[in-house]
Amino acid sequence: MSDTFAPLVQMSPSLPEGAVRLSAVHPGDRGVIVDVRAENQAGDHGVDNEELLRRLLEFGFVEGATIQVLHEGLFGHDPIAVRLDDMRVALRRRDAQDVWVKLDAT
Amino acid sequence: MREPLLRPACVALVGNPNTGKTALFNALTGGRQKVANYAGVTVERKEGHLTTASGRALSILDLPGTYSLRARSPDEVVTRDAVLGRLAGEIEPDVVVAVADATNLRLVLRLILELKAVGRPMVLALNMYDIAQRQGLRIDIEGLQRELGCPIVTTVATRKRGIDDLTAQVEGLIASGALSTDNTWREPSAAEIRDAHRNAQRILKAYVRPPERPDTLTGRIDAVLLHPVAGLAILFSLLFLMFQAVFTWAAPLMDGIDAGFTWLSVMVGQMLPDGLIKDFIADGVIAGVGSVLVFLPQILILFFFIILLEDFGYMARAAFLMDKIMGGAGLHGRAFIPLLSSFACAIPGIMAARVIDQKRDRITTILVAPLMTCSARIPVYTLIISAFIPDRLVGPGLNLQGLVMFGLYATGILSALAVSFLIRKVFWRGAVEPFLMELPTFKLPSAESVARNLWLRAQIFLSRAGRIILPLMVLVWFLSTFPGPPAGATGPAIDYSFAGLIGHAIQPLFAPIGFNWQMVVALIPGFAAREVAVAALGTVYAVANVDANVGALGARLAEQWSLATGLSFLAWYVFAPQCAATLAVVKRETNSWVWAGVMLVYMTTLAYLASFMVYQSAVAIGAG
Repeated sequence: MSDTFAPLVQMSPSLPEGAVRLSAVHPGDRGVIVDVRAENQAGDHGVDNEELLRRLLEFGFVEGATIQVLHEGLFGHDPIAVRLDDMRVALRRRDAQDVWVKLDAT
Repeated sequence: MREPLLRPACVALVGNPNTGKTALFNALTGGRQKVANYAGVTVERKEGHLTTASGRALSILDLPGTYSLRARSPDEVVTRDAVLGRLAGEIEPDVVVAVADATNLRLVLRLILELKAVGRPMVLALNMYDIAQRQGLRIDIEGLQRELGCPIVTTVATRKRGIDDLTAQVEGLIASGALSTDNTWREPSAAEIRDAHRNAQRILKAYVRPPERPDTLTGRIDAVLLHPVAGLAILFSLLFLMFQAVFTWAAPLMDGIDAGFTWLSVMVGQMLPDGLIKDFIADGVIAGVGSVLVFLPQILILFFFIILLEDFGYMARAAFLMDKIMGGAGLHGRAFIPLLSSFACAIPGIMAARVIDQKRDRITTILVAPLMTCSARIPVYTLIISAFIPDRLVGPGLNLQGLVMFGLYATGILSALAVSFLIRKVFWRGAVEPFLMELPTFKLPSAESVARNLWLRAQIFLSRAGRIILPLMVLVWFLSTFPGPPAGATGPAIDYSFAGLIGHAIQPLFAPIGFNWQMVVALIPGFAAREVAVAALGTVYAVANVDANVGALGARLAEQWSLATGLSFLAWYVFAPQCAATLAVVKRETNSWVWAGVMLVYMTTLAYLASFMVYQSAVAIGAG
């Protein structure tokens, strides 16, 4: 995995121990979404953080949703396809950074 | 009680994408539907009519699918405004039918909560109910009805089950005089979306028992189709098959249409006395209609594949597989579909860009779509290649002419990627919109829906051909016919026309790229549609009946042009915006002449630069 997507030092004490960004997960990983926040680095997103947050929420990326990473693209492991509760969603890793997931113990 | 309705009651279908909303619309209205655009925007408006068992007339509006009333794309704006009753030129819906995929209720429940806030009388249709039953999914319909406060019907739109039930419920709401309550909807904040999800989750838990036999087929198919290597291999094989079909299956049909119009033109020629009227009808109208209609088979074959793959659920997978490749050039994964269509014709391609919900990505896609080698370029490429490129093998199975043809296609694709990369840097300052996309469950497409959709595409293409392309063809005919040649003129008639005058006047501009005045004159009618340039070259070089005699024209060009000029002409055609219809469609789709202007300027500049470089280099190595 490239460094860009490595989980950063946790920014908030409210995050449960061991939560990772959805942008840093691998196919096969599964877990529960524990936080969705608006803190994506500003600049090259065509929309602001708040808008990205609302789009993620509207697609069902909400706290408590179960998530499993199904597939990833050939180049740069991007985008990813996830199973989100009972639907399948594709998204780019850069847009997935604001979704924090607590992975199941394997 | 309110006044009894005198007009047909208006019913709006609202739902998430991929819920079978359009299938339900078809089941409700059968063939009684028409497609147009909403006033002032280029969103497709599908309306149909039906008469209920008790004789009430209903008018059904199939609104674009959305996950939220918080509209983000032009399509979703239409849905929101129609539901809120503030869409210009539309009456408020009397009843809203929320269409849900019974096997995937989570997201639609949140949309239903939004719709409830709007306060219109509503019926919930749980569609694909047979699949839910097969999976052993249990829904407490009574309880859900109480919770949501609206009647619920179960439907299987593809088998027309539950349709009478649905219309009866709609009619019941109208007859009972159910009134809209106050509209309390406003754009939800992130916190409110979270709340609504929590609420939806609670409702789901209370009234829906998860399936005993969940669908595993989609997952198993995806394991192959989304496999990083196998998936791409399958995608490219499919593309290859599509191209084969578009070019080989369509050929006999196109020849047939061509022959039919030639015959018609000859018949008319025999019936009418010589003169302007005959010229106008035979060369202006009939040839004009023919030159557009000839593309119908290719467009239908292409759309046949696209509709089939879309209905199956594959297109979202293709967008997933292509996203990284397209994204590197600043395009959205979904841009793949419009760009693919553009290989047949940029017009359906530009229209297909509607599937992209972000405005910037959509405009970028529209701007680069005409760089894909459309089928109208093929006659031009074929003519020039056969005239200037020797027909010999350069390797096992590698023909030089084929290689050049391939090179022209590749140049188009690579420049489309390069241009979209630049557009993102220059116009959008590097901004990349989020890419979030549902991967729908795979479904077997129904023959009826594919056929209906295909018929719709044909209608749309034909009506556009009638309204935009035909007048342009007539204009070009006018420019190339008037004024007529003076008595005793020796050159071809076009030489004395407005087109000829313009051609001669601007020829010096084209001298640095090696074009002679005949070529410049041919470019003017070629502006109506690229392939017309072939016929126009035939006219200026006085080769009669070019359609049947391309070889003679090729031989003539080989005598008259240098190799450098021939190559320069090819380079010109890779880039030049030689298609007025495309520009007209860009104007319509973006609702602004600005983007059509941007396209005209950038493509002409590229064409000139490319031809200049090709011509000057060819001359430098002695091919001038």
